[in-house]
Amino acid sequence: MDLQSIRNFSIIAHIDHGKSTLADRILELTKTVSGREMRAQVLDTMELERERGITIKAQAVRVNWKGNELNLIDTPGHVDFTYEVSRSLQACEGAVLVVDAAQGVEAQTLANAYLAIENNLEIVPVVNKIDLPQADPDAAAAELVELVGGKPEDVLRISAKTGEGVAEVLDAIVERIPSPSGEPAAPPRALVFDSSYDQYRGVVAFVRVVDGAFAAGEPLRAMAQGTRFEAEEVGFFSPTMKAAETLGAGEVGYVITGLKDVSRLRVGDTLTSERTPAAEPLPGYKDVKPMVFAGLFPTDSDDYPDLRDALERLKLNDGALFYEPETSQALGFGFRCGFLGLLHMEIVRERLEREFDLDLLVTAPNVAYRVLERNGEWLEVHNPSEMPREVDAVEEPYVRASIIVPKGYVGPVMELNNDRRGRFDHLEYLSPERVLLAYELPLGEIVLDYYDQLKSRTRGYASFDYDLAGFREGELARVDILIADEPVDALSMIVHRDAAYSRGKALVERLRQEIPRQFFDVPVQAAIGSRVIARETIKAKRKDVLAKCYGGDITRKRKLLERQKAGKRRMKQVGAVEVPQEAFLAVLNLNDGNKK
Amino acid sequence: MSSSVKHLYLHLPFCAHRCGYCDFVTVVGRPRQHAAYVDGLLAELELERELLAPRLETVFLGGGTPTFTEPRELERLLAGLPSAGEVTVEANPETVDASMAALLRRSGVNRVSLGAQTFQPALLSVLDRVAGPDDVRRAFYHLRDAGFDNISLDLIYGIPGQKPSDLDADIEEALALRPEHLSCYELEAKPGTRFTHAHGEELQRQAEAMEGYFACVVETIVGAGYRWYETANFCRAPAVAGDRDLRSRHNLAYWQGRDYVGLGIGAVSTVKGKRWKTTPRLKPYLAALGEGERPLRELELLPESVRLTERVMLGLRLDEPLPLAPVASELDAEALSRLERLGLACRTSLDSETPAAAAGLEGALTLTTRGRLLGDAVTADLLA
Repeated sequence: MDLQSIRNFSIIAHIDHGKSTLADRILELTKTVSGREMRAQVLDTMELERERGITIKAQAVRVNWKGNELNLIDTPGHVDFTYEVSRSLQACEGAVLVVDAAQGVEAQTLANAYLAIENNLEIVPVVNKIDLPQADPDAAAAELVELVGGKPEDVLRISAKTGEGVAEVLDAIVERIPSPSGEPAAPPRALVFDSSYDQYRGVVAFVRVVDGAFAAGEPLRAMAQGTRFEAEEVGFFSPTMKAAETLGAGEVGYVITGLKDVSRLRVGDTLTSERTPAAEPLPGYKDVKPMVFAGLFPTDSDDYPDLRDALERLKLNDGALFYEPETSQALGFGFRCGFLGLLHMEIVRERLEREFDLDLLVTAPNVAYRVLERNGEWLEVHNPSEMPREVDAVEEPYVRASIIVPKGYVGPVMELNNDRRGRFDHLEYLSPERVLLAYELPLGEIVLDYYDQLKSRTRGYASFDYDLAGFREGELARVDILIADEPVDALSMIVHRDAAYSRGKALVERLRQEIPRQFFDVPVQAAIGSRVIARETIKAKRKDVLAKCYGGDITRKRKLLERQKAGKRRMKQVGAVEVPQEAFLAVLNLNDGNKK
Repeated sequence: MSSSVKHLYLHLPFCAHRCGYCDFVTVVGRPRQHAAYVDGLLAELELERELLAPRLETVFLGGGTPTFTEPRELERLLAGLPSAGEVTVEANPETVDASMAALLRRSGVNRVSLGAQTFQPALLSVLDRVAGPDDVRRAFYHLRDAGFDNISLDLIYGIPGQKPSDLDADIEEALALRPEHLSCYELEAKPGTRFTHAHGEELQRQAEAMEGYFACVVETIVGAGYRWYETANFCRAPAVAGDRDLRSRHNLAYWQGRDYVGLGIGAVSTVKGKRWKTTPRLKPYLAALGEGERPLRELELLPESVRLTERVMLGLRLDEPLPLAPVASELDAEALSRLERLGLACRTSLDSETPAAAAGLEGALTLTTRGRLLGDAVTADLLA
């Protein structure tokens, strides 16, 4: 295909602003799928994506429009996948930026639009859902112009739902977005912008060819990781896989690698030929690291092997998922898992529960910490119980957060951010009504319940996005929880010193309520090192016996006894104290939701 | 089956009215049915006669309110029963006058269990009891006058609104009558009773405070010279009772795991590894016996391990050491050591053993006072 006739583009939008619906209309209008085949939102293949309205795996579909080859590269729509989004955008020359006519620009729109601008993409601004009664296309268009420049009349006004204006979007893609540049004769280079795992064919790489051409049977190499394999097949999606002789410069498609492990082919890597290798890889490869960690434990310890198998299978398709075995004296055998962010964690957890039918106990998430030990060495800590008690310094990850709210909610948001140790950066009016607040916040303050708090304090109006800003030193302390002088590993936490007392107190109080009284007094303490910061006592029970027991009562009484015994079996032993699993759950939930 | 059972229970369900807290099988009023019911009991007795030993150790008439039964019919029933060493009848104070006391006495009854519950008028009305405090005293003296030298009083504590001082007063009143035997029950709000519906929340609220009541009850009664021989039961210690063993021999049979036959609606029997409960409904009960058939029963099989579990559960309610060897298969030796360390249980060697034998799962086990107050939890811990 002549480079001049190729257009590579993405659609970027906030959740629910209509990205997938627009993609569906494009597939219909270009007759890539017949109306009969048309399932709503063809591109979102996973059940979960369909339900949550989030696209997890990027895909690329080739469509034909008036003699041109258009490659629509779908991008994940959430902050946790910023790196994946940026690689997908790097595969394009332009982006269709979709904004809901009733909602206007949202935080995620901003984040993705900035990413697109950074990648030098030509932006085609589109106001969607003009058919809605509450639509205000002029206001939304004005916000778009404010964001990406240009003239209001350049903003397309469409309804992806009814199809109105979609043809004009396709025309604008051909007219406004430049065709790809690249050297058809140079040694081949292709950007891997995503991959997936097929159980019969191994890892399938989604690629944008920059230079040269790729064909089946070619020995290839991933330049950053050094992985070698032979291309078993090359082709493109339309919308299902269609094999092709070659993929040439400027084209988008797939390469079947036969690799058995997605982690051997990372997003952002550059494929080249072993026979005529390129001298330099394409720029921008990063080794993405998980930033949010949590322990995943099966509620029933017999399910441990099932959880291990399920994680192995998820990992096949999710190179960013990290896990290693973890043993907790309180929760038994499980895994410490690392995620790109909160949504990633939620998705993994839901897939484990839904697709693999596992009942999970998830500990409160924490972030990665960098710790300067007394011996002068840096250590990365993913689990509060691994944090050395004596340290010289602790660093925690910070994010740059953008929050967009109607102006009436600026106060409550600032208050929340102050509570969460946020550093105010700037404030910007996007329109007379809507304000962008830029803050720097510790990621650790966001992972618990920040988003819920933000939503509740702004009656759901706030939109929120963040990207990582690096590690900074913080006044952080490891707080241990001790039950009858025995530290409980699963309940250790790393918190800012100012919050240590109130968090410790809340936890200890909750445990006192949740742990049944024992044969002896049980002290429950929160401590930083050897210093106790909060203490409660579970008083020994004084009486536990049914008064009456005669001939007619024996069976009933025996059954009560059996129930009492069964209850004991579900207890976890912490030293000499029996703690019901529900107590751990309640405390973990406290971490999760009730933080004031 | 050979005739071996030495303990017989008869259920007399009739009551003047139903007390709110009660979940026993009771039938209110219906005096015309008393004769038919006594016929039924006697017919059932004939059907089960082959299970019973020729000479019984104990007979127990419980209710309901046995002494509410038409006197003529009660007397006919008692006359039709086999003789026994201990014959107990449960009585409500308001039903015991001089003539009832005399009737019981001449019918061979030698022990009466009187349901006093409390001496506080306000609390009696919370319990829906008809009798007043004076009725209790009056009934007690009628029984004494008729010659009864083995009288038990039932007390209930933990009544909604009961203050510690009320409880002290109740125990004092009860002890002043110098009964041979006392049973003290914590009020249980059993699911489904009118009482639980009305007072459940209040009971929940005072649960914490009530925890200490039981220890007080035990301390006071033992201090007055009684033996705390079972979790809820006290008898005058031999030293102050002319060397008589005043424990309820009938109830001891339950706690020591012996077989017993129960007759009447809702009555439970346990014989040779089988337990059955007779239908609680009066009409089908009478109909079956009218046809000369056994009434409908619910059967439960008791395998060896269940029987041993029950031995432990019941045996640990007593103040006598429980021999460990026969029940060793059901016990968690580690838990036993832990309970000993916590001062809840202590192991002793049996007379026939050397002291060293007590180290293993041999010897016998006694719960300490605290251990007995925590008996259910201790038992749950101890069973493997």
